[in-house]
Amino acid sequence: MFATLRHWLDERLDWDDLTAPLRHKTVPNHRLSYWYFLGGITLFLFVVQVLTGILLLLYYRAGANEAFESVQYIMTQVRFGWLIRSIHSWSANLMIFTAFAHMFSVLFLKAYRKPRELTWVSGVLLLFLVMGFGFSGYLLPWNTLAFFATKVGTEITGQVPIVGKPMMIFLRGGEDVTGATLTRFFGFHVAVLPGVATLMILLHLLLVQRLGMSIPPKLEVQWTANPSAKREMKFFPNFLLRELMAWYVGLGVLGALAAIFPWNLGVKADPFVPAPAGIKPEWYFLFMFQTLKLIPSKVWFVDGEVLGVLAFGLVGLLWILLPFFESDQPSRTKGWITGLAVFALVYIAGMSVYGHLAK
Amino acid sequence: MTADQLTQPEPTRRRVIEIFLGGGLLASFASFLYPVLRYLVPPAVADLGGDEVVAAKLAELKPNSSKIFRFGSRPGLLIMNSDGTYRALSATCTHLGCTVQYRNDLRQVWCACHNGIYDLGGRNVSGPPPRPLDVFDVHLRGDEIVVSRKREA
Repeated sequence: MFATLRHWLDERLDWDDLTAPLRHKTVPNHRLSYWYFLGGITLFLFVVQVLTGILLLLYYRAGANEAFESVQYIMTQVRFGWLIRSIHSWSANLMIFTAFAHMFSVLFLKAYRKPRELTWVSGVLLLFLVMGFGFSGYLLPWNTLAFFATKVGTEITGQVPIVGKPMMIFLRGGEDVTGATLTRFFGFHVAVLPGVATLMILLHLLLVQRLGMSIPPKLEVQWTANPSAKREMKFFPNFLLRELMAWYVGLGVLGALAAIFPWNLGVKADPFVPAPAGIKPEWYFLFMFQTLKLIPSKVWFVDGEVLGVLAFGLVGLLWILLPFFESDQPSRTKGWITGLAVFALVYIAGMSVYGHLAK
Repeated sequence: MTADQLTQPEPTRRRVIEIFLGGGLLASFASFLYPVLRYLVPPAVADLGGDEVVAAKLAELKPNSSKIFRFGSRPGLLIMNSDGTYRALSATCTHLGCTVQYRNDLRQVWCACHNGIYDLGGRNVSGPPPRPLDVFDVHLRGDEIVVSRKREA
């Protein structure tokens, strides 16, 4: 039956030609090959997010008077609602983690070099989108922590000179964080961001498919010098099956985490109650939060906060453009980008731990 | 042994492994799917009304008139007969779930949707309704008319 169906498709769509790239695609096989899995795992977690997100939409109600209660309803009344929501939260956090890990693996394996600059650019934009998902989704249960995290986060946006204030009002749907903010964030989270992210993922995958897998520079030199040492595996089915196995393990880990450490709901947000002590953003914003806390309130004659926000904006922009700073002659770069990557990794990890431990 | 037998892997052993792997995989997929299927079915709405509700005040109804009251999440029908006695019925028609009304011209309960008629005891006397309406107990507490579910005898 499959043969007939395949023949039918082939007659009309030239199926064999269409799937040819998939059959010819190969993946370099070396001791660092495992790092190639990270992008795929991030994609898998994104799919999990879409599916569990759709399920949550069946019961979730946006609105300051209903959001908390509806999440409570999902977690206490709907059968397996606690599991679905817990998986959505855990998968979100793991996805941000694997996206970061994927980025650093690309940096250290130097996969961003020519001709893959645009793959890098789309990847960094995806990372920012994923953080946007995190920020907007965090508010949706309308609990105290989310309320104040959003207050602080949008307040920081407001620090940007000139455009900051209008941007903050746009994000909040008014001067303050209210039910209007929740409505907007809900819209961003379930419509705007998924649409943009899906397009960006397609572009990212198209580029990966078109350019093939990058080989780490040292290995590339060895393989060009001695072509018989070159090792490759077919993408389909060899690599794909390995990837699927990784996904299956990922699903197992996700289910276990969600069941053993179910996500908390917290206390319903009340704008007229003071912020609880020791309030902190989610871990992936912690390094920025901690940096902003460490900058003195006045640097020379500029506001410390403003300086910090502008610095992060500038670093973010340069980060997107990173591959374009790599020189064509390998001798001239001398691995300064790798040095920068090590610094970034240490800085982010260090500041996150510091932020976590600091009072 | 023939050459053919040498090149073929032992069929039964491979088959057992295939069954275990495939069966395990299918079982795990079933375990992923089961929560999702259960999640899709909305939980039954809890009847917050309890077993008893104040349907009306004494002065509210005149003889040969009626009132719809909320009994939990469903409507109930309270009727004051001409002799001053009260009667309470479920107001949900047993046919297709419309809300019924009291017809003081007929002294019967009527469903406007498909012309179903019940008598004052809730029995379906004409039209399409398949079952009688639920009858509730009525008693007076001070100036309140209290309706409660019939205790299962």
